[in-house]
Amino acid sequence: MSTYDIIIVGGGITGVATAYELAKKKAGRILLLEKEFVSAGSTGSCAAGIRAQFGTEFNIGLMKRSLDKFEHLARELDYPEDKIELWQGGYLVLAYSEKEWENLKSRVEVQHRLGIMTEILTVEEIIARFPQLNLNGVYGGTFHQRDGHADPLHTTFAYARAARRLGVEIREWTRVEGLVQERGKIRGVKVNGELIEGEKVLVACGAWSSHLMKTVGVEIPLWGEKHEILITEPLERAFAPMVISFSIGYYIQQRPHGSFIMGIGPENPAHWHDPRDFDFSPTWRFLERMSQAATSVLPMLKSVNIVRQWAGLYEMTPDAHHILGPIDEVPGLYIAAGGSGHGFMFGPVVGELMAEWILGETLSYDITRLNYQRFQKGELVREPAVVG
Amino acid sequence: MDPKKVIICRCEDITLEDVRNAIKEGYTSWDQLKRVLRIGMGPCGGKTCRILVLRELAQHLNVPIDEVKTRPTVVRPPLRATPLKVFAKEGK
Repeated sequence: MSTYDIIIVGGGITGVATAYELAKKKAGRILLLEKEFVSAGSTGSCAAGIRAQFGTEFNIGLMKRSLDKFEHLARELDYPEDKIELWQGGYLVLAYSEKEWENLKSRVEVQHRLGIMTEILTVEEIIARFPQLNLNGVYGGTFHQRDGHADPLHTTFAYARAARRLGVEIREWTRVEGLVQERGKIRGVKVNGELIEGEKVLVACGAWSSHLMKTVGVEIPLWGEKHEILITEPLERAFAPMVISFSIGYYIQQRPHGSFIMGIGPENPAHWHDPRDFDFSPTWRFLERMSQAATSVLPMLKSVNIVRQWAGLYEMTPDAHHILGPIDEVPGLYIAAGGSGHGFMFGPVVGELMAEWILGETLSYDITRLNYQRFQKGELVREPAVVG
Repeated sequence: MDPKKVIICRCEDITLEDVRNAIKEGYTSWDQLKRVLRIGMGPCGGKTCRILVLRELAQHLNVPIDEVKTRPTVVRPPLRATPLKVFAKEGK
């Protein structure tokens, strides 16, 4: 008998949410290992946005469910509301060409069918509602009120704390060196050269996942891509929605705390498969591109002070969707990674569904198409609404 | 010295008591305290509070200050808060 029933590698939103959901279902002895501290990787570097304005039915349905969860998260996890900082000021998606405008409008039909009541706004309607915006070159926009913001750090801490209360053991500053299999089945993980035994192992360590999977000979098409972001000094509430452009690649939102957080997609991103290549250094070029885009669409930001810029990794897959589920070659091994820039916002629902999957329950939302074999079979799940 | 009245982080108004409570909750590194309290995330970028917090951690953990766990240093500019228009102009 193994020491643990389930070992989870990775203390980001996906890992801690899955740990919590498993513990809630009384899944036995659960150990979560994190090489730095809970939220230290992509989750803690992210832009804090949550939205259901996606392009595919699949993602809209999943994010609708995730928004439902975010709306009750503070109570569910018994964590202060003012720390989770849920803010539903909406996402305002702007179109910068006729074609983009048509595409956005066609997605709204799908969203409405699934109960996501996105509004289609003309340039005049946008100006009336958000007079702070400069809409040069804009053809129109879509707006969904329930989209917005949650604090990725506190949300992750909240899950971790709730998981610990339910008996999950979380070890931080503990790096997993490799996965261990025996007679074709998962046996556990290696830490400091020693085996920790687990009946089942879930790899949920973002851009680091594919490297770890290789230690048992499993190839997963998932890589790290550097994205940069900055934050300003806090101001009184001056602007409610996340304003975003998929074609230019920028997004800007004022957080409940008051600071404006913003990013813009990289120009020619490298695909990093090996963690030794991961580079988190901030660039001057990003500051210039971001400041230009931001002061152009929101001129009120011109005199606002930037206090910090940083870089984090999108954990990308060939079709910009998660890779979820069991690994057939190594029974007992599972993966939940590859959020492709949306890992945080999908975290609560992915955690819930992964717990069902790992325990062999019937999935309450069919995510089986996000299995890792889809790439070999050519069954990619395309998502058009991705930034950068 | 009342820890409720000692301000460690002027940017985010964090007291010594806040820091000590967070350490007791298990946030036992600078990087974690920053993320849970926002300490060091204000305009000063940690230039005032960081060393105070590290000293507090070292005392709590009973280790020398250079053994307090930190992640590898990542520089997060700007050194001083700077308006967006400065960079927007440079980019033109």
